[in-house]
Amino acid sequence: MATLELGIRDKVVVAPARERSRGLGLLFWAAIAWIVIIFAVAILADLLPLPSPTDMDMLEKRAAFSAAHWLGTDGLGRDELARLIFGARSSLVVGLCAPVIGVVIGGALGVLAGYFRGRFETLVVGSQDVLLAFPPLILALAVTAYLGQSIFNLTLILGVLGIPAFTRVARAATLALSRREFVIAAQALGATHARILLRELLPNVLLPLTAFFLVGVAITIVGEGALSFLGLGVPPPEPSWGSMIGEGRESLDIAPRLAFLPAIAMFLSVLSFNLVGDRLRALTDPRQGTL
Amino acid sequence: MTVSALLSVEDVAVDLPTPRGNLRAVDHVDLSVAAGQTLGIVGESGCGKTMLSRAILQLLPKQARLAGRVLFDGQDLLRLSARALRKLRARSLAVVFQDPMTSLNPVLTVGTQLMETLREHLALDHSAARARSIALLAEVGIPAPEQRLTQYPHELSGGMRQRVAIAIALSCEPRLLIADEPTTALDVTIQAQILDLLAREQRRRHMAMILITHDLGVVAGRTDEVAVMYAGRVVERAPTPKLFKRMRMPYTQALLAAIPRLDAPPHAPLPAISGRPPDPTRPLEGCSFSPRCRHAGPRCHREKPVLRDLEEADHHYACFNPLKIAAGLGS
Repeated sequence: MATLELGIRDKVVVAPARERSRGLGLLFWAAIAWIVIIFAVAILADLLPLPSPTDMDMLEKRAAFSAAHWLGTDGLGRDELARLIFGARSSLVVGLCAPVIGVVIGGALGVLAGYFRGRFETLVVGSQDVLLAFPPLILALAVTAYLGQSIFNLTLILGVLGIPAFTRVARAATLALSRREFVIAAQALGATHARILLRELLPNVLLPLTAFFLVGVAITIVGEGALSFLGLGVPPPEPSWGSMIGEGRESLDIAPRLAFLPAIAMFLSVLSFNLVGDRLRALTDPRQGTL
Repeated sequence: MTVSALLSVEDVAVDLPTPRGNLRAVDHVDLSVAAGQTLGIVGESGCGKTMLSRAILQLLPKQARLAGRVLFDGQDLLRLSARALRKLRARSLAVVFQDPMTSLNPVLTVGTQLMETLREHLALDHSAARARSIALLAEVGIPAPEQRLTQYPHELSGGMRQRVAIAIALSCEPRLLIADEPTTALDVTIQAQILDLLAREQRRRHMAMILITHDLGVVAGRTDEVAVMYAGRVVERAPTPKLFKRMRMPYTQALLAAIPRLDAPPHAPLPAISGRPPDPTRPLEGCSFSPRCRHAGPRCHREKPVLRDLEEADHHYACFNPLKIAAGLGS
């Protein structure tokens, strides 16, 4: 019997690795590559040999592609490529920080609500239903109008708006897990609530939360774009993809690329985050099922 | 036996509120088990076996109501504070579940799960916990235990996972081990190995063990006493050899007859128990087995038989028309 189980073990160890590399596909790696490029240029923007994204050159308004301006200039003669790259910065800062707020607060509330149930759960779910009932864009508009326009305020409001979704994901996962037998076995061995929450439940809930985090990044980038497009996002003259689309709208007839270039950048980034998030979820879900 | 009982369950009843009304999952059960002894609890699905084990562990669902007394080593578990209960569980109780796929945490390695339990309960440092984990895995018959520590549960076979679950349960030297259908999810050859392993460790550690199963064949050679449950009640209780030699309750006999036999002629129909257990939200007036019982008389439908020892002191059964001799079904 010992030899038999050893044989099984050898096979099992090899199989998952092969499956994983086969299952991911070219699209996944293309998405990863795009995300890596965006991150690299956004982080290294100051070191790259780029013209300033805010220097205006009124003699070269809406210039075509050239050696000096690779992607031409915008309506105020600012270098389009530099603005795209610096715009990636604000999109990524807001796009990453806001879901972090959501995943930390929402995840914690969700796990606690799913584990302890009772009145606390009712309170959490109820208060979040209230938050969900507000139209998110109107709420964001009202808050930025009241608190003032800054990247910090923008991140904060988008982060708070993301909390209910993360709470739901975390609570649903916790509800399913907390009646699983490994939790009851831990309780039978005298584990404390804190230990069960941190060591038994959290590592399991982190998988779906991470996958949803990437989708959250995509949603937030779109949200930031929408607010900036409306002129309530990143304050000018700081570039942001949303405000660039908004400014490009005025010259859609003569230079449509001014709106389309940032739109394409945003589209590719959102698509990439969604693809990676979906792939990761597909990878983690069946593994849970077959266990 | 009652004198030296490690665990005694006295008049325990568990009620579960459901949308269809109150569900009595466990109906006034008395049981006891002494250190070094094994008690088998047998019954079909939904007869309250698992709820009884959860009641002993004090791990019932939150909405469940529990009445009666659960005495462990003289302490009433129902009256302990949450803190004292946790301490008692950590030192003295452990449980092995039916499905080793769900009783291990899927995202932590075998080593992490074992070592954390050890470090938590026995306050060992990392290297001591590691050495102890390897020793435990070797004890439960896992080959190459050192390599297992870095593996995840999904990388192990079902039998191996159940061995790991047993190793975790044994890690803090429990005085009572509850095995809730420990072999139901495993194939037959592994079943015998796991049961032998449990029996061996139980003898070696002199623990008390409660073996819950729906299979009379499982309890036959491996328990000291058997309690047969039906619809939340214990309907027959006796030392194992006595029960198999002279079963008195028609339900016990029907359960035994429903086990396929190797020496039966081919294509012989299996004598299944016709009908279904009564709806636990609508208790019957008479004996709960009476609608399915071939021996039931008018009195069985009117009146509930109580568990009594009529002829021998240690053979209890709840029946008005007990079987005279279990012809042909003994041994």
